[in-house]
Amino acid sequence: MSAVPGARSHHNRRPRLRRRLRAWLEQHGRTVRDTADHLLRTPLATVMTAGTLAIALALPAMLHLVAVNLEQLTGSWQRSAAIALFLDPAVSEERAAALAAELRTWDGVVQVELISRAQGLAEFREYSGLGGALDQLDENPLPVVLALYTAPAQMGQAALETLTARLEALPEGDFARLDAQWIERLQGIIGLLRSAVWLLGAALAAAVLLVIGNTIRLEIENRRSEIQIMDLVGATPAFVRRPFLYSGAWQGLLGGLLAWLLVVLAVSLLQGPVGRLAALYDTDFSLQGLDALTSTVLLAASAALGILGSWLAVGRHLSSVEPT
Amino acid sequence: MIEFEHVTKRYPERGDALKDLSLRLEPGEMAFLTGHSGAGKSTLLKLIGLIERPTRGQVRVNGRDLVRLPRRRIPYHRREIGMIFQDHCLLGDRTVFDNVALPLVAAGQPRREIGRRVRAALDQVGLLQLERARPLALSSGEQQRVGIARAIVGRPPVILADEPTGNLDPELSREIFHLFERLHQVGVSLLIATHDQDRVARMPYRLLRLHQGRLVADSGRW
Repeated sequence: MSAVPGARSHHNRRPRLRRRLRAWLEQHGRTVRDTADHLLRTPLATVMTAGTLAIALALPAMLHLVAVNLEQLTGSWQRSAAIALFLDPAVSEERAAALAAELRTWDGVVQVELISRAQGLAEFREYSGLGGALDQLDENPLPVVLALYTAPAQMGQAALETLTARLEALPEGDFARLDAQWIERLQGIIGLLRSAVWLLGAALAAAVLLVIGNTIRLEIENRRSEIQIMDLVGATPAFVRRPFLYSGAWQGLLGGLLAWLLVVLAVSLLQGPVGRLAALYDTDFSLQGLDALTSTVLLAASAALGILGSWLAVGRHLSSVEPT
Repeated sequence: MIEFEHVTKRYPERGDALKDLSLRLEPGEMAFLTGHSGAGKSTLLKLIGLIERPTRGQVRVNGRDLVRLPRRRIPYHRREIGMIFQDHCLLGDRTVFDNVALPLVAAGQPRREIGRRVRAALDQVGLLQLERARPLALSSGEQQRVGIARAIVGRPPVILADEPTGNLDPELSREIFHLFERLHQVGVSLLIATHDQDRVARMPYRLLRLHQGRLVADSGRW
């Protein structure tokens, strides 16, 4: 091909599809690298933006973990007795065992555990700190207790109350205590927390959009002359927009990564205290961190917010192509 | 190649920059546009590059009706027009090579093609050895040649230049005009706005003189 200007060859005007695809990939690859370079050349500004984004993104993520962990916690508590049936003190342990066996056949009852008088006394001695006073007693004053484990899925509040009433109506029963109410309340709180995650998430997503929109706006201002020249030499609006969108994506992703690190750090810092607390309550509960899915969602959402934020900024500040 | 039919361009703040102007430039023609500043030279060039649209009248470039050209086609129109500015409009933070490559990058050319064409354009303006330099390190004559290389790198059939020698001494100006003549010889259409009337009057090319937005003199085709 000659180097003669004006001699536009047919071959160049209509590049083959593969050539075009390669050029397109080349361009995008180059933009990805250029925008990353650009961010690395201004480390302070980049870190500050990413830090702001990270805090905004970490908050809903952490709240989500609080909800997840509370749920897990109630899950383990639901396995503890929902109803404690205190038997009449006159009922013998043998009779109590027979009753327990019968109750196990009832609908909704998963398991029945018998707490003998001696066990009850031992537990009371251990937890109440009144060991000395107990030693003064001639005989064990405690009744036999049947701890009923219910199937949480099938048992609503009403069903549990009915069951409690039936148990109290038994000739051997003295009184029954329903423990489930506070679990229901806790679940209500968790539900509220879940809504709060969404609300807070939406508010902070808007904050992320504003932050990224603003940094992109500044970037557009800084590169005004470059944009004008690109415009004059025949760059399409999509081409002019592209580096800013990638820049937004990078910043969002960086903020997301930093947010992820913050959450991981927070979880690992809390793991010790939570473990000690769980040991005090005699459970093997351990704090659940971000799983792969949540992490992916966090990073993808951050990058998407970055692109959206810069898209909004670019749309507002890049309308210079239209001739007047 | 370039046709103006009864074109008027009115700016709300300063009135008519062009008044009922008609003009026709043949393919491969080279013409100079002269007149005092404010006579409408820049406006005329801007209408060809679709940087601005006429208030009234028809502008056609290469058979294309610019009045009806939709916005999304404008970038493709500009790729067929090389524009040269008095203040070069180069990017100071890019190398000469990158500056010249801009139109090809914007047009989505593959990298190998870009390298080849940029070097061909730099060779034509005699700056091949400076491709790694930054524009700010160059003399203003060299900077203007970089601007010309960028205008011709996409091999556009039309080249517009707005006061390309405005900041240059006579010696450098002659070099630049010599470059334009070489482009003319290979078939490019050129329209060059200049206030350097004495020089262009001695050259064997068409002269168009604007005064207060009207075409007051046309030396006709050579």
